[in-house]
Amino acid sequence: MAHERDALITGIGIVSSLGTGIDAHWTALNNFSPVLDTETFAPFAVHPMAPLDLDRQIPKRGDQRQMEAWQRIGVYAAGLALDSAGVKGNTDLLSRMGMIVAAGGGERDYAVDSAIMAGYPKAANPGAYLNEHLLGDLRPTLFLAQLSNLLAGNISIVHGVIGSSRTFMGEEASGADAVRIACARIAAGQGDIMLVGGSYNAQRPDFLLHYEMAHLLRRAPFDPVWARQASGGGMILGSLGCFLVLESRSHAAARGAGAYGHIAAIRTDRCRRRPGEATANARTQLAAMADHYDPATAAVISGASGVAAPTQEEQAFLREVGLPVRGSVTALGHSMEPSFPGSLALAAMSIRHGDLFPPLESAEQAMTGPLRQALVTAWGHWRGEALALVTAA
Amino acid sequence: MSNDTDHLRRPIIVVTGMGVLTSLGQGQADNWKALTSGISGIKRITRFPVDGLRTTIAGTVDFVSVPERSAPALSERLAELVIEEAVAQAGIGRIGDFPGPLFLALPPVELEWPQRLAVAEALGANEGVAYDDLIRAAAAGSFEPVYRRFLFGSVAENLADRFGTKGSPIATSTACASGGTAIQLGVEAIRRGETDAALVVGTDCSVNAESLIRFSLLSALSTRNDPPASASRPFSKDREGFVMAEGAGALVLESLAGARARGATILGVLEGCGEVADGFHRTRSSPDGKPIIACMRDALADAGLAPDAVDYINAHGTGTPENDKMEWVGVQAVFGDRAGTIPMSSNKSMIGHSLTAAGAVEAIFTILTMRNGLLPPTINYDIPDPALPVDCVPNVAREARVRHAISNSFGFGGQNVCLVLGAAP
Repeated sequence: MAHERDALITGIGIVSSLGTGIDAHWTALNNFSPVLDTETFAPFAVHPMAPLDLDRQIPKRGDQRQMEAWQRIGVYAAGLALDSAGVKGNTDLLSRMGMIVAAGGGERDYAVDSAIMAGYPKAANPGAYLNEHLLGDLRPTLFLAQLSNLLAGNISIVHGVIGSSRTFMGEEASGADAVRIACARIAAGQGDIMLVGGSYNAQRPDFLLHYEMAHLLRRAPFDPVWARQASGGGMILGSLGCFLVLESRSHAAARGAGAYGHIAAIRTDRCRRRPGEATANARTQLAAMADHYDPATAAVISGASGVAAPTQEEQAFLREVGLPVRGSVTALGHSMEPSFPGSLALAAMSIRHGDLFPPLESAEQAMTGPLRQALVTAWGHWRGEALALVTAA
Repeated sequence: MSNDTDHLRRPIIVVTGMGVLTSLGQGQADNWKALTSGISGIKRITRFPVDGLRTTIAGTVDFVSVPERSAPALSERLAELVIEEAVAQAGIGRIGDFPGPLFLALPPVELEWPQRLAVAEALGANEGVAYDDLIRAAAAGSFEPVYRRFLFGSVAENLADRFGTKGSPIATSTACASGGTAIQLGVEAIRRGETDAALVVGTDCSVNAESLIRFSLLSALSTRNDPPASASRPFSKDREGFVMAEGAGALVLESLAGARARGATILGVLEGCGEVADGFHRTRSSPDGKPIIACMRDALADAGLAPDAVDYINAHGTGTPENDKMEWVGVQAVFGDRAGTIPMSSNKSMIGHSLTAAGAVEAIFTILTMRNGLLPPTINYDIPDPALPVDCVPNVAREARVRHAISNSFGFGGQNVCLVLGAAP
């Protein structure tokens, strides 16, 4: 039943290895072949960001120079989302628009790091050596490209979204909680229109180092996410920028905006990940959505990371749910903070088309009937379980 | 309007437990005593070598230790200590079973030099060390605990585990406004009726060489190293920058109805929040002060109060030339002729700038100000700045009755949060 405070998705901005914008993604998903860079970071692969014509979303070169790649990707995707919602440049509306960004941190200066690591062990006074080189070699403004909240800060500067600005941190869960809290604020009248999402630059050696410390990265063969499970699983990271404009039904109607879908329900939770605990959370979440859920016309967009234990537990849960499934990381790679917004975007664009894109691998089943609903999962590679139900608007 | 709801028929939100830890000490009692005696917690840095640095002082917390020290490890430990104090005071839930969600203001997390160098060392002797060498060393070694420590999500996850908070914990960063943002998130969740209680924490222990150098490269820090206690000089004409500091604050927020039902002691009222982002510049405020002004006005409107009701301003007051000037511009616009007469002091003159934690720590001090009827001073106020004719409670604490106060937090990235706090009914 439609309600004036329903949270509708009225704008989507997405950039990934598959291209820029919703249409490019829809086309790529319907003729899928993965875009992988297997050379730059061998023995690992990443899904590299498609070339971005930055001038189209970040007109001032000075702004582009002040950002590192993760911020440029995010600001670009945010601009696409505002365009898609038809609110770009609407100063009055943007000054009321709230923003929740899910973010990690920014790029380091890899050359400076490498030089310090080489020189430090040989230095007579290592502490003084570290100070001297950080002080002398770091670009002063690099800090502003590293702070987590400076993706939001740059969106305020470039696009003028200033109603409120919060940044959530914490890998996959931060993206899911950003959407959950934005929906809750809309439902409670704590905001009418919100920009929510994040960005991830997978083409970063510090990220590969971080995940390889726990041996979580996939080595060849770079199979799709479900096929990968037969040989140990693992993550293939992917660059992604994804922002959604979420808006109350009444606010969207008042300005004559169309919608891609309706976030009918969203739940997030956590557990210690003892076997079965994540499944218990997911079952509770799904049961709480029973009023809106119609399996006859539904599919699943899964955000399973590829990491063996949680991916295989989620796979078993999804078998129990029994719907056609698409693993978003097969298409986009895994992108931590924006991965859930990215999966929501794939769900919403499919619902708008009334039809699920074809299987991405042989383990996924085709969907014959029309698509009116999608369950979207985000089980973090370490912690956090989220489930959303997106329905036709 | 019932007794339990505010002017917009939302649940009234009260504070029933507080915990605080700064360079001045651990716990409300020690902090309050030092803060109202004009004592500074700023000292020479001993944690890491300061050779070649322009700034060699900070408000570090050196009396708490953790194994394998890092910013997230120490930030987590401080959070534990302040949560224990706050939850014990509130007497809420059971040990390890807090009946509501966690909202945590946390500094951004990133692999630090000791850990990076440890991976490099695992490579053995090598002339050039690039990241692909590090990745090879990581692949061959066992650095899983380092991976987990430097996840952005692990501090909040560990705290949620330990204190049994409900649902997915939120870790937020809005730079130096983070503590205010965490409180605002808790207030909003209770107003939505999602929960009767929320645990709100701000923690920051990121004084290390690279963090200090990053702020130093932006010319944000005071270089007045001698004596350290004199370095933080908010509102003084010769102020020249802030002093990095560590600390943590925790607040138990509850609906008034919930607090009353369980017979809890009410310490203060969270009357309103305001937030407006600034799209002018990455580190500087709009020269017209519009976002700061709108932020304070929104907070007062949210609280249903006119500016005349405010008896005290807990200033952001970092002691940078720019911040103090813009905060005064904002206060002047909002409070008009009263601007120079409403007392407006800066806790940062004594505890330094605890960055991510500041908004939570200073909200707690604001509540203690109201409860004790005593205004903490702004120390080091030696040379008044004629451009900022502020009553900063110079150098010595002053008795005053405070019924309503505001606490400001402004951060890089155009972040502005203002809280309105009221005395317990």
